[in-house]
Amino acid sequence: MLDMTPKEPAERKAVTINPCKTCQPVGALYCALGVHGCMPHSHGSQGCVSYHRTILSRHFKEPAIASSSSFTEGASVFGGGSNLKTALRNVFDIYHPDIVAIHTTCLSETIGDDLNSYLMETTIPDGKYVVYANTPSYAGSHVTGFSAMMAGFIRFLAEKGTPNGRTAIFPGFVNPGDIRELKRILRVFRVSHIMFPDQCDVMDAPMTGDSRMYPDGGTTIEEIKALGSCERVLALGALASEEPANQLKRKCGVPYSLLDSPIGMEATDAFIMALSSLGDGTVPEEIEKERGRLVDFLLDAHPYFHGKSAAVYGDPDTVTGITRLVLEMGMTPRYVLTGTPGEAFASSVRALLAQYDAQGCEVRAGGDLFELHQRIKNEPVDVMIGTSYGKQIARAEDIPLVRAGFPVLDRYGHPYHPLVGYRGTMRLAEMIANALMDRRDRDCKDEDFELVM
Amino acid sequence: MDPKAHVLERYHAKVFKNRKEHILRIDHAEEAQTITANTRTIPGIITNRGCCYAGCKGVVLGPLKDVAVITHGPIGCGFYSWGTRRNKAAPDEEGKNFTQYCFSTDMQEPDIVFGGDKKLRAAIDEVYSLFSPGSIMICSTCPVGLIGDDIHAVAAEAEKKYGIPVVAYSCEGYKGVSQSAGHHIANNGLMKRIIGADDAPPATKYSINLLGEYNIGGDGWEVERILKRCGYEIVSIFTGDGSWKKIARSHMANLNIVQCHRSINYVAEMMKEKYGVDWLKVNFIGVAAVADSLRRMAKYFGDAELSRRTEEVIADESAAIAGEMDSCKTKLDGKTAALFVGGSRAHHYMHLLAELGVRTVLTGHEFGHRDDYEGRKVLPFIKEDADNKNIEHLHVEPDQKKYRAFLSQEEYGRLKAEIGLEDYAGMIRDMENGSYVVDDLNHFETEQFLKCLQPDIFFSGIKDKYMLQKAGVLSRQLHSYDYSGPYAGYTGAIRFGHDVIMGLYTPAWRFVTPPWRNISSLEGSFGGDI
Repeated sequence: MLDMTPKEPAERKAVTINPCKTCQPVGALYCALGVHGCMPHSHGSQGCVSYHRTILSRHFKEPAIASSSSFTEGASVFGGGSNLKTALRNVFDIYHPDIVAIHTTCLSETIGDDLNSYLMETTIPDGKYVVYANTPSYAGSHVTGFSAMMAGFIRFLAEKGTPNGRTAIFPGFVNPGDIRELKRILRVFRVSHIMFPDQCDVMDAPMTGDSRMYPDGGTTIEEIKALGSCERVLALGALASEEPANQLKRKCGVPYSLLDSPIGMEATDAFIMALSSLGDGTVPEEIEKERGRLVDFLLDAHPYFHGKSAAVYGDPDTVTGITRLVLEMGMTPRYVLTGTPGEAFASSVRALLAQYDAQGCEVRAGGDLFELHQRIKNEPVDVMIGTSYGKQIARAEDIPLVRAGFPVLDRYGHPYHPLVGYRGTMRLAEMIANALMDRRDRDCKDEDFELVM
Repeated sequence: MDPKAHVLERYHAKVFKNRKEHILRIDHAEEAQTITANTRTIPGIITNRGCCYAGCKGVVLGPLKDVAVITHGPIGCGFYSWGTRRNKAAPDEEGKNFTQYCFSTDMQEPDIVFGGDKKLRAAIDEVYSLFSPGSIMICSTCPVGLIGDDIHAVAAEAEKKYGIPVVAYSCEGYKGVSQSAGHHIANNGLMKRIIGADDAPPATKYSINLLGEYNIGGDGWEVERILKRCGYEIVSIFTGDGSWKKIARSHMANLNIVQCHRSINYVAEMMKEKYGVDWLKVNFIGVAAVADSLRRMAKYFGDAELSRRTEEVIADESAAIAGEMDSCKTKLDGKTAALFVGGSRAHHYMHLLAELGVRTVLTGHEFGHRDDYEGRKVLPFIKEDADNKNIEHLHVEPDQKKYRAFLSQEEYGRLKAEIGLEDYAGMIRDMENGSYVVDDLNHFETEQFLKCLQPDIFFSGIKDKYMLQKAGVLSRQLHSYDYSGPYAGYTGAIRFGHDVIMGLYTPAWRFVTPPWRNISSLEGSFGGDI
């Protein structure tokens, strides 16, 4: 496995090998699936949306609908206006969405298609909506594409009205299981909120024998409009949620608090305290007990993970959260890597490392998995935590792998379960502990094999 | 109501007019039924089709294990086509296996504005210095063609610099109407630059190339095993577990056998024209189809010993699975299936399903052409449109030095019709009266046909798998085999049968309706009875 990867790292300036990110449009598509009755639409060649639907279905094991402007060579030369108009007519006519969320691609962006003017010339059926976002594949990553699409919905729909006393929650690029857990916590706090986007019951729709193009879930158009009248936004995860929060602030003056994705003890504490400050400053007993159980677990099991080293890779907001937990577990996040470019990630992870006085750790934004592999070859780690794309390295170097983040293509069930909150953090910590303990069980001599650990 | 009318009635006039030509109810009493295929998908229609890049890099070139294929473009396309297609490959003699790697120039905005050729050049240098591959291929994605990076000039320069074949493919996603354009572009590149580059002769007379076999789930390895048992020497495989070095001497083989007609028929045709290598359409999916293919191959070589061994292999291998085939059939007999796969599998699997007692009520190709449906006899009558014209049609001529005919003219004349040399009769011929063939079947039509035809199993791809299953119908992917396989050959047929039985009879289907919603009519429609 990966036998051709040399141990000696060489500086590369041009070629990305085994990427740790993908392109903006797939993030935009996933965001739009979190809106009820929404048809995501890719303004580009149909191959883009084919790849995006495929990877989303492989991660969630769910249908991922989206339409395409199906560019051919002619459209690429003369512009995609006519394709877009035809597409919108057909989408409304055949698939009856309430709203179409268009995202652009490297193709339509390179030829400079102006969606604004195309849409001005298009008749949109009464009571239906079309929004768009610019998501060229040659900038950012799938995470920034997600963020751009959120901002697009807000730009078109959010309205400043009478204050509704609600709190908007931007969960970031996470699984339905995470959003479900956030909603549970909000219910415990009795926080009246709008979750945006919300892929629950869309990308984890129950099996009923009845296939529906637009399942029950998703943030409704009315809710997106009402974002403009919210009291405050809790934006979780800087890379995914700050841009839309800013957009809402600029458009409707709604203030926001930017929090880290609530993965790990302290990030969840910060989220919980932010929720408590929305109310009377208290924290429900149920939540405090959850926290206590997590602390209990971390103390009980610490001999099996304290002092171990980890490589954490994947999307920036998730990786920051996992890195925090790894530090809280007394482990060393030897390598922390995201493929998404941007120094903000690196500086926030470095601040975390400094807080724990963690030595010898390397942090990389805009990196790739080839680089990670070369580093691991030179100094191995005890566990890898990240997406399925690390499984080759894990096999090559015989390192246990804990799957977390997007995408996880080779296991089932994970999108139902959270990484966020105390319960999600407990789950992640347990997965890490078990991976290390399974490895010890596997590798020890018979005479050292323990029934009780 | 007639299912075709039912499906079409919700379309407005323009879509109706277009789609009705792509849907056909089979009636063999009618003379030469025709279908429209390989035309543009209507914007907005949720198609399963991919793009030109996917056909070129993803399908044809990606499986070459000793080639470093660099995707020149933004990150997505390279990322999505990395490790996702199950074209299995074992390392070559030098220990190289590039299928585990993804190389991309990850173009950024400045590259789009100022041109990406500098970055491509540097990427080639980096890949060469890290891996010293025997060949480098470059596949471009949409923006590259739009900004006009001359990837062919960069390739020529690198070829000179490193003394290895460096081949560029302008396979931008917007070209053509589906993956099919990419197959053609990949075929052209292989023909122009790789095939014929090494004249090392095969060791035996029974030398063949296996074309259009991508080793999905290990199919190619199973086919190879059977062929070797019969006594064939496999010179090269296009391109599953494939090697450019072997393809370079493929023109020295005596016969090309073609599994996936759609993706590789251009190479077969051009090799016949340029080097005189005959080609034979085969099918290694289904017990009778394997035997038929092996027998026709043996006839081509006209050797008594080869025929004897062939019969021995057929008898031996089919006897070994006969009992299990029967047992599978008892559980599947009377079921119906829909088959919507790429450009050849829909046809191949009809035979195997029939052997298992499953009737195919609907088939279709995602990116087939009329010849895949109606047979190559329609080739002269296919009208070229603007999209097809944009894909280069290579004109090849007999190579004065290397052209060899294995058969005498008289033998050729006799065998051409008997074993079907240089021919493919298409899928429609083998379909049942009253069944449906739908080209470029889309999401809406899938839903509608599902209601009208109520197949027990829907073989398709990942994009509609979960939609179908949510509707209570077993769906198995015939692109990836749902991570099972091989399905080719004799043991493959059994494995396929068991997988379908497992899918139909897995107990979870019984829990779909909660006991407190005990609606008996619904219960009966899920899976099989136990």
